[in-house]
Formats: sequence, C-alpha cells, structure tokens
Amino acid sequence: MATPKRVPFDHDTPIAIAKYYRFQWEPAQECHVLLFPEGMVQLPGSGGEIFKRIDGARSLNAIVAELEQAYPEAGSLRADVVDFLEVAHGNGWIRTSAGA
Amino acid sequence: METAGSVRAPVPKPHWLNAELTYKCPLHCVFCYNPIDYAKFGPELSTDDWIRVLQQGRELGLVQLGLSGGEPLMRDDLEIIVAEAGRLGYYTNLITSGIGLTEKRIAAFKEGGLNHIQLSFQDSTREMNDWLSSTKTFELKKRAAELIQKYDYPMVFNCVMHRHNLDHTKEILEMAETLGAEYVELANTQFYAWAMKNRDQLMPTRDQLQRAEAVTNAFRERVGDKMKIYFVHPDYYETRPKACMNGWGSIFLNVAADGVALPCHEARMLPGIEFPNVRDHDLKWIWNESPAFGTYRGDTWMQEPCRSCPEKEKDFGGCRCQAFMLTGDATNADPVCDLSPHHHLITEQVEKAQRPQLPANTKPIVFRDDRNSRALAAGEQPPVTTA
Repeated sequence: MATPKRVPFDHDTPIAIAKYYRFQWEPAQECHVLLFPEGMVQLPGSGGEIFKRIDGARSLNAIVAELEQAYPEAGSLRADVVDFLEVAHGNGWIRTSAGA
Repeated sequence: METAGSVRAPVPKPHWLNAELTYKCPLHCVFCYNPIDYAKFGPELSTDDWIRVLQQGRELGLVQLGLSGGEPLMRDDLEIIVAEAGRLGYYTNLITSGIGLTEKRIAAFKEGGLNHIQLSFQDSTREMNDWLSSTKTFELKKRAAELIQKYDYPMVFNCVMHRHNLDHTKEILEMAETLGAEYVELANTQFYAWAMKNRDQLMPTRDQLQRAEAVTNAFRERVGDKMKIYFVHPDYYETRPKACMNGWGSIFLNVAADGVALPCHEARMLPGIEFPNVRDHDLKWIWNESPAFGTYRGDTWMQEPCRSCPEKEKDFGGCRCQAFMLTGDATNADPVCDLSPHHHLITEQVEKAQRPQLPANTKPIVFRDDRNSRALAAGEQPPVTTA
C-alpha cells in the first residue's frame, strides 16, 4: 500500500463516491465499509458518518455544516473532515462533480 | 491447543470469500495455482450448495466475493450464483479468461448485480503470439474486452509474468492498451502448484525483471493517468516474505470446487490438517470452530526466528505453504525471509535462474490438463504434452 496522498479539491463543489465504489453498512463487522474491485476498506466511526453524507449533491462545506449541527459538543470538525476527504480523494474513493 | 482455564484469542472477522466454482478450464496454463492433483477430487458443488454457502457467508460477514476456478464461465449456473450474490449484498468479482463470455451472459451478470470482471491473460504466451499474428484467441479476448466496456465494467487486466514472457512486457502492455485497459496487473508467477512443478522453466533472471520494470516505467510515463499499471515482483527476489492472506484464517476463506474450505488457495497441500467440507459443516463453524482454520492463527505455532521477531505482526512469518514446500515443515519461517536459516533454498533457485539459457536437462514444462493431473495424482510422471 502506498502512503495515502492528499489531493485538495474545491470545498463548494458537490462530491460523489467514485465509479465502481460502493459504500454500505456491514452488520457483522459493525462498521461501514467501502467496497471496490478486489478490495475493501473499513470506515469506522467518523469516516462512516462523513461517507454517509456523500451523495453527489452535498459539498465538503455542506457536510461539515451538517456534522457540526449533528454533533454540537464536538466543536469545529472542519480540519478533520478536510483531512479525511483529501486522503479519500487522493485514494480515488470520491470524485468532485467536475469528474476529477 | 486449548487447556482448561486458557483464554482463547478472539477469532478475527473474515470479509473475503473466494469461490473456486470449478476446476474445469479450457486453458492449460503452466503456472496455474489449482492443485496439481485436482483431477482426483470429488464432484463439484451443486447450485444449491453454492447458494447455501453464499447465504452462510453473508451471515458470517463476508462481503467481497471472488468467483474463480478453473474457468467460472464453465458453470452454466453462473448467472444464478451471480444473482444470488447480488441479492445478498456481496461485492462480486468475476475472475475469468473471457473464454465463454457472450453478450447474453454478461447482460445477465449485469442484471444480477455483478460488480467487476478481471480479464486474465492466463495463456499469455499464446495470446501474445496470436496477437502478433492476429489469430483467433486474441479475437476472442478482444470480443470479451468489448463486452466488458459495453456493459460499463472497469477494464481490469491481469497477466502472469515469467521467464518466457517478461521480455514481451512492452508488447503485453501495448496489447492491453489496444484492448482499452484502465488497470493492468503484471503479476510475476508465484511458485505453487503447477508453477512449482515448472519452477525451473518459469523462474526469471534478474536482468529480465529489471528490463521489464524499466519498460513498465517508461510505458507508465507515456500513458499517464489513462492506465494504472501494477508490477508485482516475484517473492523469490525479496528478502522479506509476503504477509500471505494477511495471516492464516484472518480475512480470507476459500471454498474449492469440491466444497473443501481452505484458508488460502494452496493450503490443501499441508499434511496433518483435515480441511472441512461445506457439505458437512456451515461456514460459521468452519471459520470459528474448526481445528483446520485455527491451526496457524495467532503466533503460538511459530518457531524462531519468527517467534521473537519484531516483524511478525507485519508478515505473520510469510506463507505456510511455501515454508512446507521448501523446508518440509509449515511452522518454519517462509524461506523468502533472509533471517530464515533456510533462505539459501530461495537464493540457490534464484542463482540457478541467472543462466541465460536453460540447460538441456531441465525438466520439460508440464501443462495443466486433466491427463497430467491424473498422472500426478497417481504419483506418476506426467506425460509430456503440448497444449
């Protein structure tokens, strides 16, 4: 596995799960997983919460706002969400509506 | 071994099910990883057996499904199996040579929820020759690739590399490009089963590997993001073993054509382990309770140098089957590791392979087919066949 590289993208652009990738809840593993050709990553906790909101309509900014509303006690979540999604983007798990 | 009062380590949760649906195959690849004595194994599982296995697998938490073989397209109930897998929520991968893929079948697979097709150049030498001379097998492969594209699957190609095709790396990559590949895996032969039988014939030279990798790098530069190319080194040229299957009985469950459940494709070769059959037991028992799947879990079975090695969490001592094949004891370190007292068994093979020409007394190549398999199962020398 190569070191995950962060690939920044525009925070107002809607993001979607990349083609051929599928995100689902796995009861037996008790966590969300992202499935792709011959591979799988587990997305426990906050990773799953972020991914649940990636639908091709919401942008990073919209996801941050929603999470901060859902978890007011957590304070600012922006830095964590940006970290996670830039790595996800670098891994090719998500794409922006521009297609990259 | 469990004693009264001992605490058993929690059994890991598996997520990968590989279904070797059949040992039938129209190809005769000399590096096939199916057991060399497959011809003596019992009858294939029925459609109902596979459906039951798939259902039990989902309950156990298995989610990635490989449909392989042999050639899985040889099963005429593949459409039913794919549809059941789709219904159950598997992410389903079909590993195929493409021989037998028709538009009617791929349409049914799409409808049934198949997620991914990996097209293998299993008989790559012949395909190469065909390609250069534009004959029939290449046309079949091209047709399969067109169908894969038409039905909006990612174009994923796999080619097994060895002494006889590494010098054609450039042509193989160009062939993949012509076919519209998005991902190409150039996987060097792993020496098990038929490949082990043919090891002297298939082991590449260091020069070949270096040239092939240089060609691959140059090709990567030319095509850029259009194609993603993976070049997998042969472990004989490494000094640390692969983390085989991410550890025994850790994430991967293989069900062979005759129903035998295995922690990897090759484990059936290991002596003294009774591998359970899905006809007799459910997958939950097989994974959680069967002695076979517990045999090399954790690290209590390890010998030195693995037992006290700081890297044991990383590579789990390598491959049990390779340790057994080369040293006669599956609890030894995988000899690929240069800390293993048996590492010379690897380096001797590698040094032998550096001769530019194979000596005349090199054992002839043995093709994977039913006749050779029956001979090998009976402990006879296989007849020399030309496939």
